[in-house]
This record gives sequence, C-alpha cells and structure tokens, in this order.
Amino acid sequence: MVESSPHIENKQVEQALWQVSDPEIPVLSVMDMGVIRKVNIEGNKVYIDITPTYSGCPAMDTIADDITKAVQKEGFEVKVKLVLSPAWTTDWITARGRQQLEEYGIASPLSAELDKQALLEGGRIVKCTNCGSTNTRMVSQFGSTACKALFQCEDCLEPFDYFKCLK
Amino acid sequence: MNNKLYEYLLMLGDNSMILGHRLSELCGHGPNLETDIALTNISLDLFGQVRSYFQYAAEVKGGEFTEDTIAFLRKDREYRHVLLVEQPNEDFGHVIGRQFLYDSYHLPLLKQLTESKDETIAAIAHKSVKEARYHLRFSSEWVKRLGDGTDESHQRMQKAIEHLYPFIFELFQETDIEKEMKELKIGADLSRIKEESMTTIGEVLADATLKIPESAPRMAKGKTGIHSEHLGFILSDLQYMQRAYPDMQW
Ligand SMILES: [Zn+2]
Repeated sequence: MVESSPHIENKQVEQALWQVSDPEIPVLSVMDMGVIRKVNIEGNKVYIDITPTYSGCPAMDTIADDITKAVQKEGFEVKVKLVLSPAWTTDWITARGRQQLEEYGIASPLSAELDKQALLEGGRIVKCTNCGSTNTRMVSQFGSTACKALFQCEDCLEPFDYFKCLK
Repeated sequence: MNNKLYEYLLMLGDNSMILGHRLSELCGHGPNLETDIALTNISLDLFGQVRSYFQYAAEVKGGEFTEDTIAFLRKDREYRHVLLVEQPNEDFGHVIGRQFLYDSYHLPLLKQLTESKDETIAAIAHKSVKEARYHLRFSSEWVKRLGDGTDESHQRMQKAIEHLYPFIFELFQETDIEKEMKELKIGADLSRIKEESMTTIGEVLADATLKIPESAPRMAKGKTGIHSEHLGFILSDLQYMQRAYPDMQW
C-alpha cells in the first residue's frame, strides 16, 4: 500500500504544500489529492515529486508552478519533478479530501466494483451531492474534466460531477 | 540502439498525437455537449501520453531536441503513425469507428508495455492503460448504440467500419524496429495484440449487429513515414504556430 501523502519533516514546507490546490477543484489541497509523492529536504533545497491524476491533466503545469512558488516563499530553493510511476489512483485521495469533494458538489469515487455498476450497468448508487438521493443516472461518462463523469439526480434534478474511480 | 528506441517512441507517440489532433478538430463541433466533452477529454488524455513519450524521446535523442521540436518541427516523412489515425472525421460514425478500432489495439498494446524492460515506457504505459480502458468503454458503447440503433445510424456505422477496417492490419504489421524492440523486451509483441484486438472487434461488432467487412487489408507504410495526403493538411494546422512564430512560448 502506498501512502496517500508523504511524511514531511519540515513544518514550514508541509504547511506551504497544504496551501496549494488543484485549480480545477480549489477546495482540495494537493496533499489531500494525493499528487505529492515525495519530499526530500537537503538544507535549503527541497525536492518534490508530484504525479499527475490523468496524463493529459492540463492543471499539472500550474500545480507544479504553484508548489514552487509556495515553497520558495518560505525561503527554500525548490525542484519539482513529475513522476509517472506508481500511477496515481483515486485511493490516494484522503478521507478528508473525499468529504471536501462532496461539499464542493463532486460525488467522491466509489469502490472499483460499485464504480463499474454505476458507469456501465446503470446502477443507481452514486449519491446526489445536492439532496443525498441515490436515484441518479449517468448522463455522460466524461464530465467537465477527464477524471469526472456527469450525473443527474432524478429526484431534485440537479446535475453533478462524479469523480470516477481510477485504479 | 538509441536511435531505434527514439524511432519506436515516435511510433507510440505519433499515433496518440495524430488521433488526438483529429479529435481536437471536433472541439465545439461534437454532436451534443456531452459527446463533445468526452471526445476532447480523450484527446487530452492522448496528448498527455504524447508529452510523456516525447519528453522521453528528447532525452534519448539528446542535443537540441525537446518535446516541442519533436511534435512540431518534423517533416511529413518523419512521422511514424499508422494511416488509421489520420483518417478524417467525416461523420460521427467515422469518428467512433476510428476511435473504437484504435482503442481495441491501444489497450492490449499498453497492457503489454506495462511489462517493458524500459522503465520509462513501462511507467507511461501504467499511467495510460487506465485511461485507455475508459476510451475503449466509451467507443465500444457508441459502436453498439449506433450499430444497433436506427436504420440510418446502422447504415452509417457499417459504412464507417467498411472504410476503416482495412486500415487496422497495418497496426499488426511488424516493422524492423518493432521486431527488435520486441526481442529486447522493450516493445510489444504485435501478434499477441492482434489476437486480443480481433476478439474485441469481433465481439463488439456482433453486439452492434454490424458485419465484419470482407475487404482486403490495406498494407500501408505509415510507420516508415509514407502517409496519405491527409497528413499534409493535418501538419499545416498542427505546425502552424511553431512555423509562423518559431520558438514561441505561452
Ligand atoms: Zn438530488
């Protein structure tokens, strides 16, 4: 099991990283998102490995820039490296991250098995982020970004995004 | 060796890039909003993969090469993609048909490459294989929906498959570089991919009430740089900014 966010020995650096979020999901810190894989601190230099959620995620360059700026502000020299392996999975989103997603209006990923039922077999199991009903249906397998599918609630009629399970 | 690895990376990257470009042409032109977004998301996934392949290719090649020069500054004969991916969008049936046939090859390809002896290729494949699963799911559902839909959608889907199917054989035709990469356990074994791919195609087309065309395979030479006239038009669009404003950044 890979840890969802790495241990960081320096509090300043850790706090700076908590301030950085995915520009497309501003409520969620990159730490809760699980995209920070490794942080090595050697004196004044900080080496940070990040991993993309999806290969084509257009936010990665911005995230890397934001991380660099945030940690530089604490007086460090920063080197951010993009690593592809092991590949990111939705399992790395923390419990708190999931809750924040839901509050923001994005249904958080189900288990791989349930995800398949919801996306492939028309299973009505994804909970509406507006009213909590599971009487919901998939409108499109791809939502506003590649990592999400578009759902609609049949009870309150609210459309919402569902963060697809990626394993 | 490095040069061959470089060429192999181009084969992998160019298929994703040219298909991604074709899909990007549909941005804002999809048949409805959801499909428009889905197709552009797939395009984005493919371009993400291209970046990984070309960043690595630039490293392998060394010197002045960068992911951008590899993507934008080669001449038409230096592109290594298969002819299937440069086929024009025509109608939604062609878009879906092209996507489905490519996905049915792409998924088993990536599955094999996750075991590549080359660590970078394996890492890119581990990442991309998850995305390719979604792509295949999306395209095969649409093939079924259109094939097993109305008379018109059935006819148009069948017509698209008739046109595109002969191009898939090029994917399985092994070039010298692919053979060498396979033997070094860096690249994939195309005969194994063909098996899985043909099974998928057979099953999905049957579900879609579509016939497998009997037309003869087209033995094309895209992987060695010989393309159809479509590529010229694609490149004039794709390379325009870099040619007009060399070294531009934004
Ligand atoms: Zn609701």
